[in-house]
Amino acid sequence: MTLVADPKAPRPPKGGPGRRTTRGNTELYGWVFMRASGVLLLVLIFGHLFVNLVAGEGVKAIDFGFVAGKWASPFWQVWDLLMLWLAMIHGTNGVRTIINDYAERDTTRLVLKGLLYLAFAVVVILGTLVIFTFDPCPSGSPADLLPSFCTA
Amino acid sequence: MWSWVAHRVTGVLIFFFLLVHVLDTALVRVSPEAYNDVIGTYKNPIMGLGEAGLVAAIVFHAFNGLRIILVDFWAKGPKYQKVMLWVVVGLFVVTMAGFLPRHLMHVFGGE
Ligand code: HEM
Ligand code: HEM
Repeated sequence: MTLVADPKAPRPPKGGPGRRTTRGNTELYGWVFMRASGVLLLVLIFGHLFVNLVAGEGVKAIDFGFVAGKWASPFWQVWDLLMLWLAMIHGTNGVRTIINDYAERDTTRLVLKGLLYLAFAVVVILGTLVIFTFDPCPSGSPADLLPSFCTA
Repeated sequence: MWSWVAHRVTGVLIFFFLLVHVLDTALVRVSPEAYNDVIGTYKNPIMGLGEAGLVAAIVFHAFNGLRIILVDFWAKGPKYQKVMLWVVVGLFVVTMAGFLPRHLMHVFGGE
């Protein structure tokens, strides 16, 4: 295994001849964001997986009623909203780095990043709308598919 | 070096899962039937193993991510980076040992 002799965190560029890649500190903020969001995501995702896969009946229990039961509480709405945004920004920024590393032709890079940002926008907007416009008791649906509080 | 490759591969994998995951969850806005139908097609042993693989990917990416953060911010991080890789492997094994039996029981268990 090769080790980096003296790994260093990136510092804001001081200017001068060594400064080439980006103007401003955007890459530094991205770097900090990857770490800060990572710590939060660990808690959010482990909690999500525990409640949905381990607790109670596990995956078997997931259906419309299960989701409606969770999103009846603002706690899980905020939880999922944070997870959606943080995971999508973290993941999109990570994949952007990977595209920069491997796609050498300018046009390839441009096309791949265009697709990436499009996917980001669609998923974040759709996911956000779903959380905020969710209707746990849509009229005309069979009661046995709905959470029990619909009939109460 | 392998840990860097694994961190990349798991990161991309989780990202593509998340794209599909938000789309299938969005079916709750179509109708309870549509959501239950699609989630129902996931309830088989093959998907159950896929879920186990996804969880393994997340658990590795998460613990290795913490290690990266410690290497960067903790003064002694670079010195202990290799030790911490073994801690990551250890935590991974322990977490999966806790998760797998329970999940496989849900997926393969009777009734
Ligand atoms: C196999 C494992 C997983 C299962 C069974 C699962 C299940 C679910 C279910 C049932 C919901 C509906 C709401 C809720 O329960 O909170 C949901 C929503 C969500 N999940 Fe997961 N999940 C899994 C893994 C993940 C992972 C790994 C991530 C993050 C990378 C994630 C991110 C999300 C997000 C962001 C939402 C909200 C979607 C929206 O805004 O429409 N899930 N998941
Ligand atoms: C569970 C908690 C998570 C932690 C602690 C975490 C931590 C990290 C860290 C520290 C990095 C390195 C960034 C850098 O080198 O500048 C990273 C990269 C990355 N992460 Fe995460 N992450 C988590 C969840 C996720 C999720 C949910 C996704 C996908 C949606 C994801 C996708 C990626 C990708 C694609 C990269 C880029 C890899 C590379 O450049 O080689 N991560 N993560």
